[in-house]
Parts: sequence; C-alpha cells; structure tokens
Amino acid sequence: MKVTRRELIAGAAGAMALSQTARSEAQAPTDPSKVRGKPPRANGERAATAKVQRLVRGGTSSGTPHQDLMGTITPSDLHFERHHGGVPEIDPASYSLLIHGMVDRPTIFTLSDLKRFPSHSQIYFLECSGNLGRTAGPETTPGQLAGLTSTSEWTGVPLATLLREVGVHKNAKWLLAEGTDAAVLTRSVPIEKALDDALVAYGQNGEALRPEQGYPVRLFLPGWEGNASVKWLRRIDISDRPFMTREETSKYTEPFADGTSRMFSFRMDARSLITHPAFPTRLERGWVEISGIAWTGAGRIRRVEVSTDGGKTWASARLQEPVLPLAHTRFRHLWEFTGTETIIMSRAVDETGYVQPTRAELLKLRGPGTTGYHLNPITGWVVQADGRVIYKEEPWA
Amino acid sequence: MTRSRLHAVCAAALVVTLATPISAQAPTRFGLGRAATPDEIARLDIDIMPDGTGLPAGRGTSADGAATYAAKCARCHGPTGKEGPNDVLVGRLPAEGFPFSQDPTLPHTIGNYWPHATTVFDYIRRAMPPTAPGSLTDEEVYGLTAFLLHANAVIPAGAVMDRNTLPAVVMPARRYFTPDTRKQSAGKPRP
Repeated sequence: MKVTRRELIAGAAGAMALSQTARSEAQAPTDPSKVRGKPPRANGERAATAKVQRLVRGGTSSGTPHQDLMGTITPSDLHFERHHGGVPEIDPASYSLLIHGMVDRPTIFTLSDLKRFPSHSQIYFLECSGNLGRTAGPETTPGQLAGLTSTSEWTGVPLATLLREVGVHKNAKWLLAEGTDAAVLTRSVPIEKALDDALVAYGQNGEALRPEQGYPVRLFLPGWEGNASVKWLRRIDISDRPFMTREETSKYTEPFADGTSRMFSFRMDARSLITHPAFPTRLERGWVEISGIAWTGAGRIRRVEVSTDGGKTWASARLQEPVLPLAHTRFRHLWEFTGTETIIMSRAVDETGYVQPTRAELLKLRGPGTTGYHLNPITGWVVQADGRVIYKEEPWA
Repeated sequence: MTRSRLHAVCAAALVVTLATPISAQAPTRFGLGRAATPDEIARLDIDIMPDGTGLPAGRGTSADGAATYAAKCARCHGPTGKEGPNDVLVGRLPAEGFPFSQDPTLPHTIGNYWPHATTVFDYIRRAMPPTAPGSLTDEEVYGLTAFLLHANAVIPAGAVMDRNTLPAVVMPARRYFTPDTRKQSAGKPRP
C-alpha cells in the first residue's frame, strides 16, 4: 500500500493525539507544574486514578464500598440501592403525591408544591434491614459484608407539615406509603413517626435525589429499616390500622427462637464496622489507624470500643465530632501492628446504653434459621502475620 | 417608651421570633396543593386491608385461577408453586409449631408464613406478573388467590373467593406473628 506524505503526517498526528489521550488518563506528567492544566468543566469527575464503584448484587441491589470511603458522608452515586421492581423513570413535571384517607382535605401535591413548603435538611444514615452477608467467606470486603448502609444529607418537607395541611384526623394511627415503581411497593408506618421526624424528601447531598434513591420524591424515616422509606412516593393513605402489606408480613419479619416472628420492627439497632484495615488490605508493620463507621437508629453513638486481641480487651475509639444522631459516626483508633497474627473487632454502644451484640447472643434469640433482617453482630477481621487481612468467619449454627 | 427604644424592643422580638422553630410561627395551612377528586383517589387507591376494605367486586375459584397460573405465573414459581426458581408459594408445615428460626432452608410460603389472605390479592394485583405488573383483571386476581390458597390447603376446592369470603380466611401462620417489643429507651435489648 502506497502512503502519501500527507496521509503519513495525518496518521502520525492521529496516533500522537491518541497516545496523548491515553497518557492523560493513565499517567500524570512527570512534573505537573511544567504542563498547563485542564480547563474548567460543567461537571466535575473523580480523578482518573481514584475510581470507586458500588458492588452490584444480582438485579435488585448494589452496596456502598465502605473500604474505599472516609469520613461520614456517602457520595450520592455510591449510596446503596435496593429495589423490588427496578428503578423507574419518572417525569418530574407530571409527578404528584396524593394524600387521602382519614384527612379533612384529600390533596394532590405537585413537586413544585412540595418544594414551596418550609424545608428541612439533616444528615441521616439509611440502612437496609437485610445488611449482613451471612455466608461471607474470608475474602469479603466491608462493602460486601455491610454495604447496604449509607449516609447523606437529605432535604425535604416534614411529613408533619403535609399532614397538618390536609387536616389529618386525631384518631389516625397508621399510614400507607406507596411507590410508583413496578412493585408499587407499600409499607404501613405508625402516625407517630410521621408526626415526629419523617421527611417527604426530594434532595440528597445538595441536589435532587438520585433515581436509585427515589427521584423525584421519597419518604424518609430516620433510623428505621430502609424498606419502609418508600421511594418514588406517589400516595399516602391515612388509616387507623396497619395494612399488612406483603413486604411487612411475608418479607421484612424476623423469626425468633421462641417460635414467633416479629413484625413492624422498624428501628435499626446499633452497629459498627471496621472499614480499615479490612480485606483486601495488606498491612505494613508499624502504626495503623483502625477506622470504621458506627450508627444506631436509637439516636447518637455514645462509644465505640475496639479490640485488637480478639475480644479479650477493649479500648474506646476516638469519635469524629460532631457525633450526629441517626447518622454514620466515624471512629478511629491507633494500633501498632508488630507482625503477630490477631483479630481486630469493634462494638458500638448507643446513647440508650444498648451494646452491639455478639453473633452468639443474636443467634440465641433468633435461632440459626432466622432471616437476614436486623442482624447487627460484632464482626472482626483477622490480621495475619504477613499483614494480609481477611474477614473473620463465624458459624451460624 | 421612646421611639428608638420601641424599635430596639421590636428588633429583639423579631430576632426571637425568627429563632423559634417553624411550627411556632407557621400558618396552620399554606394553601398548597389542590383538592383530589373522588375519581382521582379511586384510580390510585388499590390497597386492601385485612378486614377486606378495598376489595373490589368479582369472584374466583381455584379452578378459575389454574389456567391463569399456568399461563402467567408457573414460569417463575414452578408448575405447582413449589419448584421456583423465584419465591416458593406453596407448602405447609406440621399443624403445630413455627420452626423457621431453626431451619434456614424452609421456604416462607403463603401457606406456612403469610399471616393475612388479603395480602395475597393485594400483592398479586399491584405487582404481578413482573413482566406486566398491574395487568391482571380483578377476576383473574380472585382466581389466582383462590388457586394459591387451595394449593396451600387453606381453602377447600370449589371455594369462591370474593370481597366477603377472602377476609374471612384464617391463615395458618397468623397466630405466630408478634409486634416489636423493643423499647426506644435503655433496657435489656432484644436484638
């Protein structure tokens, strides 16, 4: 094949452009101060060398990669997701919320109506009640073990404001929240929560909700199992009784060893999770900052204790201030790794005095066959002599 | 009171007012949203309560539901509701006991776990089949509900399910469900 000089130059230029593109993504210049940097962009992106992503599990959930995160806020695109009929696409212009039932004035609110009410923003965790990898093996990351909890700043209108607007009846005791996803997911919620701190939320970390978190509008019930914070909220029906929906009867209930099954167990109990060091980290000998998150649906975390000797002794970790109620609290604890194999673990104590249970304590009450809901046992990591860190497996029976 | 002092007092009062929670100074109503018409409510109000509130007209028997089940449900739940691959719907346990805490392999079926028969109708009508949620007629849903309750030996063959009979069905597992007794305050936790 004969190549003209002009084609050769064009080809070479193209190849050079390609290699420059590849270089800018793969490797930084040796001396960045000698190369003019990039112009401003309408949307920022993560550094090409700091990509993080959720762990997608099957067709219905993805988890927050806690091993890759620091501090307390979960970036919105890494907030866990769990849905029962896929993530719906909703036109915000045609979105509406109907509130009816035991009210004086059944009312339809548009999205702009909701945004005209006085708003409230607060940092809260949200956790799926099925947030424990029961069959986790040694090569399990914190995100794989407990990735279905995340923390965001949520913005919305207090549900109490809306209930006052529609004239909720004094003898109302429950409400049904219904989503407009393909599962038309429904949960019954006690009216006390609605009048306390429930939000009809449209904002997450300063912008609109992410689609996976319910865009354009979701219910948000601080500290309660995630399933009840119905996403893509289209309807609230006020009643004096619970509705006994499929989710709250056949699914989100916990069998107990005494031969019963607990229903309407909304509150998420205190839990902690060491996120570093954890699999797949390999430690060097020397000082290590053990770090993790703790949270409780009962209010504030009072204390997190860390053990570096397999639970024989415990020390109080430093809590990141301010310790916010119903939000992830970062804890940190300095420890010197000398090359001796050991087990590190953490346990949370909340402001009610509740102490995060051991797996054995949980199993005694729940039995080995219990469902995966509301399991918050102390978990640990084995630090091997060579610095390899693996999940400490524990039997279920 | 001098005019300037009055201003100062008013300013102080204003600061106090602004600092109080929204509920103290907010109007009872903001006048936002618009009245929902009975038609608009009826179009969305599909929930059904254990006492049958919300159940529509229509009826169905197990025989009516068998063909619908075979055509629209068996692919995911198995020919008899026991095979999967999705949720196992059919299966009973011995008359006494509720051994779910001891055996993690036990499927939670309609017959051995669901506490309310009305939930079967409500859930099928709103969410099934996943390929066309909300597409079944009320008659089809009554038939499917009857089919699944009969397959679980909860109702006899030929029993007609309608807005009067369905709420009267007592599910075998109903008595085993208990409300959450955890305290919000300090105390011995029941994890």
